[in-house]
Amino acid sequence: MRSVAIIGVGQSHFVRSYPGAIRELVFEGYKEAMTDAGITAKDIGASVVCSAPEYDKQRSPAGVVAEYLGLNPQPTFYVETLCSSSSTGMRLAYSLVASGLHDIVAVLGFQKMSEISSAESQERMGRGADIQWESPFGTMMPAYYAMYAQAHMAQYGTRPEDLAAIRVKSATYGQINDRAVYRKAVTPEMFTNPEDKMSGPVASPLRVGDCCANADGASCIIVASEDKARLFSKKPIWILGVGAATASVNLTGRDLFTGLRAAEQAAAMAYAMAGVGPKDIDIAEVHDCFTIAEIMAYENLGFAKPGEGPELIRSKATYKDGAIPVNVDGGLLSKGHPIGATGGSQVRTIVLQLRGEAGPMQVKDPEIGLVHNIGGVGIYGNVTILGNQPAGGKR
Amino acid sequence: MNTPKKEKDARFGKFGAVSFTTLTKVNDFVDYLQDGKVMATRCKACNTTFFPPRADCCHCLSSDMAWREVAGSGKLVSYSCLKFAPIGFDGDVPYSIALLDYGDYRVFGRIDSNLSLDDIKIGMPMMTVANKLPNGQINYVFKKA
Repeated sequence: MRSVAIIGVGQSHFVRSYPGAIRELVFEGYKEAMTDAGITAKDIGASVVCSAPEYDKQRSPAGVVAEYLGLNPQPTFYVETLCSSSSTGMRLAYSLVASGLHDIVAVLGFQKMSEISSAESQERMGRGADIQWESPFGTMMPAYYAMYAQAHMAQYGTRPEDLAAIRVKSATYGQINDRAVYRKAVTPEMFTNPEDKMSGPVASPLRVGDCCANADGASCIIVASEDKARLFSKKPIWILGVGAATASVNLTGRDLFTGLRAAEQAAAMAYAMAGVGPKDIDIAEVHDCFTIAEIMAYENLGFAKPGEGPELIRSKATYKDGAIPVNVDGGLLSKGHPIGATGGSQVRTIVLQLRGEAGPMQVKDPEIGLVHNIGGVGIYGNVTILGNQPAGGKR
Repeated sequence: MNTPKKEKDARFGKFGAVSFTTLTKVNDFVDYLQDGKVMATRCKACNTTFFPPRADCCHCLSSDMAWREVAGSGKLVSYSCLKFAPIGFDGDVPYSIALLDYGDYRVFGRIDSNLSLDDIKIGMPMMTVANKLPNGQINYVFKKA
């Protein structure tokens, strides 16, 4: 198979409510990525459009998006794996390019969560699980992650303060990321002050501050073959490993409640393919839809042993100057989580970091970065490893 | 010739405070539940037990299933108490969702609302019990074993 690189990245500002149509939102990420890559629509062989369809009024958004971006008559199609839709799009783009079927593929992720009313959104929340056997009990996403948090606390002594510390770190970087939806500081005291909104209970033990914000946003990643990457890009970023795994939707099919098995399995695949291990990762973006999710990610990715994830945040090892910086763009918690755009936005952050172009968020000289993007409550696990040298290249 | 209109077997619509599915091949689950029994299915060909019940076995591809009661107690794996709820469940808050491990299968459901959170501890034995809801619907809840 051919080597595959990323030659362009873009994303819109993530906002509470985007004042425009979906196609216009997608254009914002696309324009930045195309300008970054220095190519035009005719250079693109195919486009992969990614979102979570329950928020879309438009049936089959890929067609409308391709039309608006001038990507006809090239093939376009739609993929979704809930919150990891654009990582799945990346995986498909990788295989389309590696196989030789296309030379350049655009991965377009978006979500306009404000497209539907909050009442409609509430109704969809109830269907975010197994609608036959779980939803009739009144389930919602935070409550599932809360069950993992409860189990992690019972087994390992993880504390509410550890969860709060994840949010405090996230807000540290959300403040310096001008694309983030939440740009205010968060302090540990906010979680213990009953008057503060952050401390409000959602689903025990998770509080308002433990949950990421809904947002509207778009992302775009341009994936290219080695020949095209060398032709168009001064700093191509190489896709070294792509791992993906799944787990049962219904919790009755799971055998682990202190971590996400699909994330562990996806990580093992990505590490094996890239020929690297957790210690080789210089910077990571992980799927912190809830604070507990980041702690589990530390463990599932091998940055910490099972149960020792909280120690990484207590020692600030995952801050920008720490041993393994994680989510130094604010993560989902502060940057926001526009479902279909999230994976592409995480990839963009790592690409900018590996190029040394991350501005105030820049970590010192990273060479290998990792993206961990989860769909649903651990249903779809995706881990992507990127490097500033091709596989087998000098590091 | 007048053919009688075939009636839909929508029994499953009775399951849960709000039901999202009415048609399934394991509709008998609801009849058993009405008789006070929570049932799983067991594949007659390979003997695998499934909860939630299934009409089809993914291990041996057989669709010849027997009903088996969820009997005895399971261990509480984890739980969460909700202070917000999806539409249709708002009147129920606070309530706790939970998972029990019975060894060869697990059961997802709700903890009996009469139990105080102070009495709940991960690892404790609990039973799955059929439960009639005020709106005429039915489900099951977990009680102390």
